[in-house]
Amino acid sequence: MPRGSSLENPEPRTRERGIQLLSQVLLQCHSLLLEKEVVHLVLFYENRLKDHHLVIPAVLRGLRALSLCVTLPPGLAVSVLKAIFQEVHVQSLPQVDRHTVYSIITNFMRTREEELKGLGADFTFGFIQVMDGEKDPRNLLVAFRIVHDLISRDYNLGPFVEELFEVTSCYFPIDFTPPPNDPHGIQREDLILSLRAVLASTPRFAEFLLPLLIEKVDSEILSAKLDSLQTLNACCAVYGQKELKDFLPSLWASIRREVFQTASERVEAEGLAALQSLTACLSRSVLRADAEDHLDFFLSNILQDCRHHLCEPDMKLVWPSAKLLQAAAGASARACDHITSNVLPLLLEQFHRHSQSNQRRTILEMILGFLKLQQKWSYENKGERPLSAFKDQLCSLIFTALTDPNTQLQLVGVRTLTVLGAQPADLLSSGDLELAVGHLYRLSFLEEDAQSCRVAALEASGALATLYPVAFSSHLVPKLAEELCMGESDLAREKRSTNCSRHLRCLQALSAVSTHPSIVKETLPLLLQHLCQLNKGNVVVEPSEVIAVCQSLQRVAEKCQLDPESCWYFHQTAIPCLLALAVQASMAEKEHSIMRKVLLEDEVLAAMVSVIGTATTHLSPDLAAQSVACIVPLFLDGNISFLPENSFPCRFQPFQDGSSGQRRLVALLMAFVCSLPRNVEIPQLNQLMRELLELSCCPGCPFSSTAAAKCFAGLLNKHPAGQQLDEFLQLAVDKVEAGLGSGAHRSQAFTLLLWVTKALVLRYHPLSSCLTDRLMGLLSDSELGPKAADGFSLLMSDCTDVLTRAGHADVRIMFRQRFFTDNVPALVQGFHAAPQDVKPNYLKGLSHVLNRLPKPVLLPELPTLLSLLLEALSCPDCVVQLSTLSCLQPLLLEAPQVMSLHVDTLVTKFLNLSSSPSMAVRIAALQCMHALTRLPIPVLLPYKPQVIRALAKPLDDKKRLVRKEAVSARGEWFLLGSPGS
Amino acid sequence: MVGGGGGGGAGGGLLENANPLIYERSGERPVTAVEEDEQVADSIDAREIFDLIRSINDPEHPLTLEELNVVEQVRVQVSDPESTVAVAFTPTIPHCSMATLIGLSIKVKLLRSLPQRFKMDVHITPGTHASEHAVNKQLADKERVAAALENAHLLEVVNQCLSARS
Repeated sequence: MPRGSSLENPEPRTRERGIQLLSQVLLQCHSLLLEKEVVHLVLFYENRLKDHHLVIPAVLRGLRALSLCVTLPPGLAVSVLKAIFQEVHVQSLPQVDRHTVYSIITNFMRTREEELKGLGADFTFGFIQVMDGEKDPRNLLVAFRIVHDLISRDYNLGPFVEELFEVTSCYFPIDFTPPPNDPHGIQREDLILSLRAVLASTPRFAEFLLPLLIEKVDSEILSAKLDSLQTLNACCAVYGQKELKDFLPSLWASIRREVFQTASERVEAEGLAALQSLTACLSRSVLRADAEDHLDFFLSNILQDCRHHLCEPDMKLVWPSAKLLQAAAGASARACDHITSNVLPLLLEQFHRHSQSNQRRTILEMILGFLKLQQKWSYENKGERPLSAFKDQLCSLIFTALTDPNTQLQLVGVRTLTVLGAQPADLLSSGDLELAVGHLYRLSFLEEDAQSCRVAALEASGALATLYPVAFSSHLVPKLAEELCMGESDLAREKRSTNCSRHLRCLQALSAVSTHPSIVKETLPLLLQHLCQLNKGNVVVEPSEVIAVCQSLQRVAEKCQLDPESCWYFHQTAIPCLLALAVQASMAEKEHSIMRKVLLEDEVLAAMVSVIGTATTHLSPDLAAQSVACIVPLFLDGNISFLPENSFPCRFQPFQDGSSGQRRLVALLMAFVCSLPRNVEIPQLNQLMRELLELSCCPGCPFSSTAAAKCFAGLLNKHPAGQQLDEFLQLAVDKVEAGLGSGAHRSQAFTLLLWVTKALVLRYHPLSSCLTDRLMGLLSDSELGPKAADGFSLLMSDCTDVLTRAGHADVRIMFRQRFFTDNVPALVQGFHAAPQDVKPNYLKGLSHVLNRLPKPVLLPELPTLLSLLLEALSCPDCVVQLSTLSCLQPLLLEAPQVMSLHVDTLVTKFLNLSSSPSMAVRIAALQCMHALTRLPIPVLLPYKPQVIRALAKPLDDKKRLVRKEAVSARGEWFLLGSPGS
Repeated sequence: MVGGGGGGGAGGGLLENANPLIYERSGERPVTAVEEDEQVADSIDAREIFDLIRSINDPEHPLTLEELNVVEQVRVQVSDPESTVAVAFTPTIPHCSMATLIGLSIKVKLLRSLPQRFKMDVHITPGTHASEHAVNKQLADKERVAAALENAHLLEVVNQCLSARS
């Protein structure tokens, strides 16, 4: 037999080759082996384990192949393992062969669990000997996995628990840095997590592990502290009171010390998390009737060590103490009760004992923290609610805070009120609520310097109004209504300057409180009535007043969006009213009402556009269809029947009639139709599109022609692909080409081109590239070039009124990237080919594209673009300089290696620009100088003296904001390569 | 992190003053419309100087000089037209061994951040430190300040105080 000859050869190297060959064959065909063959081979291999050490690796490989055999008869797995444990000294083998042994064990554990368990603790002991002394991270990952399985699958550990712990815990805390260019990709974190899984897998390790953890938390090494605290945290998931009780004082002392004294936020956070888990673990344990509860004892310890610090609101330890107590209270309802019932009376008392506002603020902030924790635990039983006993005191304390002159204290008071109000129902009595509403009313009218507090009061009103709508309807809305009326009559008395801001605040308060459907039914009519009232008055109305009302309406609309019923209520109430006012205004040219002119101003219409858009986007398709059936005929046919007030002096025909006032209202049509859900059919669409196209190229009023172009584009974007869309597009292209060719309408045609291009770019329409090319061609147009350059900004940015995702437009998420890939090469080429005088247009266009692009997309393209960007820095146009700088700044931070090749140019150009006449450019240039410090230090050091000298000049800039940037840039340059940085 | 102070102190609790009084940080200076106007010149005022020094780290605590009330805006005197600035600082305890180092950090920060035309005076708030006179003298001596910054160890500590907190 040829096999026999080399397997029985007296030369070990020859035997090794023979066995190696056999093992490789077995690895290929182990699934085909019959039981009889397997038995024979196993006996052979077991016997070979006694052979010369040179042969062993090949033998182990064969055994691994056999360990994969399904036909391995019972009993043999155990016998193979026993033979390995007995004959092989695993740790003297090379890494690969040790790995083979672990694989054999893993394979058997996966398929022969019962048999292996039959070995009892011998198996555990055998494995301990196998892994004892293992050093290789690859093997350790497998070995830790095996230990984890031994424990979690409940193998018999017998008397070897401590040994098993020793053989694994000796690696704790893991101290491993992967070598550079490590092909195995094992990270420190992988080892940490798999060791932690072992150590924290059983309460039986507790008596050995806890002292180790305490020792390592006390060490000086940050990573050891963190790992120990995290491991402790993990252990608490499986431990109970029994395991923890002896170590509680030491654990608490260590955690307390870390939180009190650390400079690292991560250590503090992990310390608090560990304390929370410990407390949760103690709270969870089921106790025998006679056992004492360690939770109470533990919490008393914490209280004892922390509570006196709470009485010193100026000292450093006040917050660490509060955080510790809050971490413990966040662990369980019982812990929360225990701590709150001790701390709350103390804090209430301390509040009154300290009289300074900032001390009171610290105390109230702590109270706020404890109140927030209450929300975490739901108390089914009303009688158990621990807060009821303190409710009156808390309310009076909050009201004291709300009337304090210190804004910061007021602010915390407002936040506390919100949290207290959000506690489970009927904690606050109707009397408390009335008082609270009164305070919020007062705070809503605070002066400018208490802005933050006023905003907080408005937010609190909104939050509490959802919970207590009746209180707000009966105590706040009537007062605001009165205030609004007073404003109206005062307008007549010309006392406006003082009342103007009060009026504004009243409007803000009305919208802020409109968070409940029943309140909206009161506030919306008030606001609309107020708008009509302004319209009827005979006094000069500022556009800003009307805009303020519209903004208030818009905020109400936003709050209504989520509730379908409120949404429809708002839509069908507000939109006809707004349209009626606008239509009336557009006809009143001969009359003298000034308000009516005001309503047609650009900014006022823009404000109405947002209200209409916001009130439309969330409509359900069938309700939207009802509305569209009224509004489109209004604009196309002058059908005014659905408007609340519809006796007008003449017909409303914005598309036919020449009156510029009526045409401007197309913006309102745009707001509505461009916000509709995509599946709502628009009646008379064909006619509408043609009218819009016609209007978009009408000279004379840029506002209405732009509105028409935007409206056309908005509808185009949502229109399903097909013949009709192609027709619309052909019409648009013809219109654009005709317009660009003629002299008079070039500007309008350009605007139309721009918006149509945007509509198509967003939805990846095939024609978009054609239109983009047309646009790019215009960059070298002497008249439209600069406009075309700015057009790229519009293409890449998000609009607010049309073509928005919220308005259901078809916006592909990657459109910017795609636009970049498709067009930047052509832009670069265009730049190089263009005559000198129009080059800046190309740079500007490119700057706009780059500026809007997510930086990760930009980074790989950088090498090809960098030379162009560097050239752009010399471009005299401020806009180009600014956008180039803002493009380079993040690249300096994220790709310092690439940028360091150009350090010489960068330093020179940035320093030049730091004395630009434009303040924004100076600031951006200095920010780039700052970002330059991220480049590798050796590259920068030759420039350090020169830069520090040059940066002395902007330190004396006349603008403070420039000086600020100069200071931080120069400070960083000083630190470069200097000790301690 | 401060090597000798914060990190080491965490282990041993050897701080001179472990639970100091702490004070609120003033927020960022709000940007005004005037500051955004290209044409108007903004003069260097006390708040601007205070903003330069308030975020300097204490050599011992992971706190800023502002939080420890070592520097206050009212103790900054500045005249932009005359190019002078005077800063008084208050050590947390009268025997604070770090007083010179804190003064040096303030001085270095101002040297690096103010135009060269400024003449600067950094001194201890009168009556707040045991060896006030000696410290003031050292801080006023240009050559000693320059020599101190030649000392790599001292420069390291000063730079740590001036580094942005990580």
